[in-house]
Amino acid sequence: MVFATVIIVGSFFLIVGTIVSKGFPALSWEMLSEIPSGDFYMGGEGGILNSILGSLYIAAGSSLLALIISVPIVIYINMYLKKSSWMGNLTRLGYDVLFGMPSIVYGAFGFTLMIYLGMRASLLGGIVTVTLLIIPIMVRTMDEVIRTVPKELFDASYSLGATRLETSRVVLKQVAPGILTAVLLAFGRGIGDVASVMFTAGFSNDIPKSLEDPASTLPLAVFNQLSSPVEEVQSRAYAAALVLTIIVLLISISARVLSKRLSKNKI
Amino acid sequence: MNIRLIKDKLAGSTMLILTLASVLLAILVGWGLYYKSLPLLEENSVWDLLSSSVWKPSKGEFGFFAFIMGTLWVTGIAIVIALPLCLLCAIFISEYAHPRLRKIVVPVVDLLSGIPPVVFGVWGVLFVVPLIEDYIAPVFVDYPMGYSVLAGGIVLGVMIFPLIISLLLEVFSAVPKEMRDASLSMGATQWQTVKFVLLRKSKPGIIVSVVLAVSRAFGETIAVLMVCGSVIMVPGSVFDPGYPLPALIANNYGEMLSAPEYESALLFAAFLLFVIIFLFNAISRIVLGRIKRKIE
Repeated sequence: MVFATVIIVGSFFLIVGTIVSKGFPALSWEMLSEIPSGDFYMGGEGGILNSILGSLYIAAGSSLLALIISVPIVIYINMYLKKSSWMGNLTRLGYDVLFGMPSIVYGAFGFTLMIYLGMRASLLGGIVTVTLLIIPIMVRTMDEVIRTVPKELFDASYSLGATRLETSRVVLKQVAPGILTAVLLAFGRGIGDVASVMFTAGFSNDIPKSLEDPASTLPLAVFNQLSSPVEEVQSRAYAAALVLTIIVLLISISARVLSKRLSKNKI
Repeated sequence: MNIRLIKDKLAGSTMLILTLASVLLAILVGWGLYYKSLPLLEENSVWDLLSSSVWKPSKGEFGFFAFIMGTLWVTGIAIVIALPLCLLCAIFISEYAHPRLRKIVVPVVDLLSGIPPVVFGVWGVLFVVPLIEDYIAPVFVDYPMGYSVLAGGIVLGVMIFPLIISLLLEVFSAVPKEMRDASLSMGATQWQTVKFVLLRKSKPGIIVSVVLAVSRAFGETIAVLMVCGSVIMVPGSVFDPGYPLPALIANNYGEMLSAPEYESALLFAAFLLFVIIFLFNAISRIVLGRIKRKIE
């Protein structure tokens, strides 16, 4: 059993170690601060700033959009519906199922929808598709947090004559750290996913200037560069993977630390 | 009526609409994919599509058998690798480990779950593929190839570690402490308690966890695509390359819009994934919910 645990914990360090040892030598300031030049994919000059920014735009945009959609849903199934309500349970089941959907299904669906609407691959398309992908994560995480709020808090608010809407403000204040965690988790998932943005966000060597521009993303940059025959380009893929790993790890660690620190003052 | 009550009601109905719309989305996704794969389904029977292994898009022949077998091989290998390890690890964490050790192991497993698929893929290319090509495969076959269903299975197995462990820990925590105490106080050893009380009691939960892990493994795209070799064939052994269903979509969709039949075939593949995963998830989540409710 100790052995199994060591393997599982070790696999994490093995992965991070492999990425660091291969990616670090190829990492340079130029990679982080410049956009690719014309022959970048043949070994020319440039960097992956376009992908880094594209990823951040998509992840930030979709996290924000998903937050706006998820909070009312979570409030509704927790505050407006009774605990044993079939609708609440059905919604939860629905989100559990959606949570398990692979991102390629979202990607294929999103792209089909975009063709139907006559949209081109763009930043907006990527944001919308990733939003669909991360809403289930947010709803599930927030739902779990809200359920831990003591019943007395609701009762106290109601007994003062507050409506359900006003009570939800009290509850939201209480679960704010949990919501932050949910947002960060969703952000991390959104920034790392590739199958959903592969078709919907397109690919571009420039930094997207508007929602209609195609945008490159970091995972896609890794994926594309890795399939290149040029060795130098491949090592750039490792460096890009390292950047992605660092961003994601920073986000997940800060999510955990923040949620622990902020929840200290909770009732 | 009081303005506050009106606000409350209004907000309520807005949120109701939002909730309904979001649930409808699941149905919309399924329906959209089905609608798009209709042209293919009208010309071929579902059985032919699933059982034929002839894949010639230019001639309009679409047989998904090779891709389905590729998916099954990769998923099977992943489960065979991940399940025993995760079972032991979860037992260790929940029954044996010192709380302080638990506080180290659980966060690391969480961090593992946050690593993006594409990074797993890079790791697979850099580590797993050479490992198989140079050390494992030469022992068994004459012409070793690193890019194989085994590589896909290993990468996928590591990817589903966190999911299985967190599900198992949830299932184990559902077994009442009194039961363990009863067993221990009768003189059973810790291991006997695990074997006869914990595992027996949580059997349905373990099965459900496996089903959920299988459905996660079915849909994983990029990491598997990067290490599987993408050769259209029915894998005969673990060292053969394969071409799982999601990889098929990822590799070809987007370029094939000029051929409506091809597009329809790829969306049928997505629809297939959707249906399988929908059923697996829905059933196992319902069972898992039952198990949880029993404790409460």
